[in-house]
Amino acid sequence: MDLATPAAAPRSVSHPPARGRLLVWGGYALLLLVAPLVLPSNLERSVLTQIGIGIVACLSYNMLLGQGGMLSFGHAVYTGLGTFVAVHAMLGIADGSFPIPMSLVPLIGGIAGIFFAALFGYVTTKKAGTPFAMITLGIGELVAPMVLIIPEFFGGEGGISVNRTAGPSFLGLTYGPQIQVYYLIALYTFACTVAMFAFTRTPLGRMLNAVRDNPERVEFVGYSTQRVRYLSFIIAGFFAGISGGMYVVHFEIATPDVVGAARSGVYLLFTFLGGATFFFGPIIGAVLMVVGFALFSEVTKAWLLYLGLIFMLMVMYAPGGIASLIMMNARVAAHRKLHRLWGWYALLAATVIVMLAGLAAVIEMVYARQYGAVGETKARYLGMTLETTDVAPWAIAIVVALVGFALFELVRRRFATEWGRIQTEIEATMTSKEPS
Amino acid sequence: MEFFTISMLNGLSYGLLLFMLSSGLTLIFSMMGVLNFAHASFYMLGAYIAYTIARLVGFWPGLIIAPLVVGALGALFERVCLRRVHKFGHVPELLITFGLSFVIFELVVLTWGRIGVEFLPPESLRGSAFTIVNSSVSGLHLVAGAAPAAMCTATDPAVHIACSQFPATRAFMMLITLVMLLFLWLLLTRTRVGLVIQSALTHPEMVEALGHNVPRVFMLVFGAGTALAGLAGVIGGITFVTEPTMALAVGSVIFVVVVVGGMGSLAGAFVASLLIGVLQTFAVGSDASVLSLSRSLNFAVSPSLADFSLFKLTIAQVAPILPYLLLVLILIFRPKGLLGTREG
Repeated sequence: MDLATPAAAPRSVSHPPARGRLLVWGGYALLLLVAPLVLPSNLERSVLTQIGIGIVACLSYNMLLGQGGMLSFGHAVYTGLGTFVAVHAMLGIADGSFPIPMSLVPLIGGIAGIFFAALFGYVTTKKAGTPFAMITLGIGELVAPMVLIIPEFFGGEGGISVNRTAGPSFLGLTYGPQIQVYYLIALYTFACTVAMFAFTRTPLGRMLNAVRDNPERVEFVGYSTQRVRYLSFIIAGFFAGISGGMYVVHFEIATPDVVGAARSGVYLLFTFLGGATFFFGPIIGAVLMVVGFALFSEVTKAWLLYLGLIFMLMVMYAPGGIASLIMMNARVAAHRKLHRLWGWYALLAATVIVMLAGLAAVIEMVYARQYGAVGETKARYLGMTLETTDVAPWAIAIVVALVGFALFELVRRRFATEWGRIQTEIEATMTSKEPS
Repeated sequence: MEFFTISMLNGLSYGLLLFMLSSGLTLIFSMMGVLNFAHASFYMLGAYIAYTIARLVGFWPGLIIAPLVVGALGALFERVCLRRVHKFGHVPELLITFGLSFVIFELVVLTWGRIGVEFLPPESLRGSAFTIVNSSVSGLHLVAGAAPAAMCTATDPAVHIACSQFPATRAFMMLITLVMLLFLWLLLTRTRVGLVIQSALTHPEMVEALGHNVPRVFMLVFGAGTALAGLAGVIGGITFVTEPTMALAVGSVIFVVVVVGGMGSLAGAFVASLLIGVLQTFAVGSDASVLSLSRSLNFAVSPSLADFSLFKLTIAQVAPILPYLLLVLILIFRPKGLLGTREG
């Protein structure tokens, strides 16, 4: 970005010029293109593919949460039913009764998403806010057991397996190699991201923001808040269904857990962590989601506990998620004041590491006792072996955690003052630059 | 007849347990506008804490201490976390309680293990409270405790005798809940604290202007609501199973109760709790299906259709989803809820 004069800086941040936007989208496309070349192993490519699926799911979820202020506890219903319908489409392709190219399977999922979102959304979008959240939860609980109640369609507990290479090849694409699957999903991911960003610029997308911020005023202007929510819900359902269709192309199986409440919770958790207030936040969230499930779950069994704690801290201290943290620092950087914060960040990081080291030692020791082999009393932690029957490791760990917490709180308060001072300075320069 | 009576009592006791949970939830919701997603997690904590206390000092101290501990934890959570996000609006409030439910689940799994614990009722609550003896000769009899075996076995093959027992834990559940309800009602309507709570429900600014500490009232209400959940957990723990998924099992049902009864209406929550409790209990014991219905109406059903699972589905199999079906129907036909006054 061209930041020659400080005066131009705030403008270019709040209204990126066309060239900047082109750069961002070009970079995104390039990233999707080269990622599998940088990470060539099968596992890495599988993770990348899942990231693409996750991005579309989280972005579609954020259409509700971030743009519409609708907290849904049942988004997996739409991704999951998309998955199941797509599975049947693939079965049809395999036995020739449904002759479409395999590349269009995600779209079939999307159409299923539209259908079910239109069906259930009619009930859920009658309300907003807290009742909406509870009703989506209820719908989720209604649909999840259906998988076991109607095994003819859902395949019961074992789910339905398909073979993506079974159909006739189209344009030479057999989807045997993982790389072909990756590029198909990358293409869908890119197209869906563009489409969902474009949606935020449409009159409906704008009205959705208005419904979130001030529903009474929207009603006064003459719009039906319910219809705006309903239409947006259907569109979100479409993209969720596409994500579900992509899922089945990649995994070649649809199991009951794809419509479950746990999956809905995970979408909510990571979309929020990534940042619901910015369009690109859920992309960060989706990357974290897939990487978290693929890697962190290998590192520590307690990772879901850490995740929950981080989530709670995020809700309390940074309700805009990671994206808002990035954007706030970008604003500080644009005003060339970031250098005043580096020292504070280093201090904060150091105290957090001390605190976490102590806390994590306690958690890992409890896990070792609870889930280790019978008679196993040692916990492996940061290359050390801790004897869980002794008092010393517990005491040391707790003291380290408490000291870390005290130091962190001390630094955080000073940092908050400094941060507030910088924000005041920025506000001052912005108001003085504004044409009167 | 005796099946009906026992099922009715089972349903009512389950409904009362649901109301013990949903009353706290409704109270918190109508006062602070916060839907406590972690309410059922506090229920689970109550069961597990009482289990631990019961192993150390016995069940009866646990029945008192566990709800107090859970209430204190709830008040602490309100003070430290919820009050902080209150200014951000309702969605973050809901999110933080969602995060809490996640953390409590992981902590319970961490502390007590992934499989359930054996939380048995104390000696005095094992066995049955009373037995209904239905004899084709002498009619219905009510026997306190378990009926002697001689009464339930017929010597004459022509005489048909059926004995239905009502478990003591269920009776205990009803007793505790009714005492609890009476206490709650007296507290809300007959005491000064109750008066402040009632007025803080509708006019918090006015109450604050009169010199009452409204945030503290909120904290106390949250603590009391979670303590109720904890108490329900102790009773639920000995009646059902104490396992990490027990929060999930009742969690979404009590949300249904709150919506069906009408958001923020205590009376509505009461009616809806009993309704859902009875509905689910009767559904579990019924094996009627579309197939058996059409057969009894003398409709011809082709074998291929009869093989389709939707037709063979018994009501018992769909029992878990009945509350949610009710939720959807209520939302379509009566969006305010049964006794609700506001829509929104």
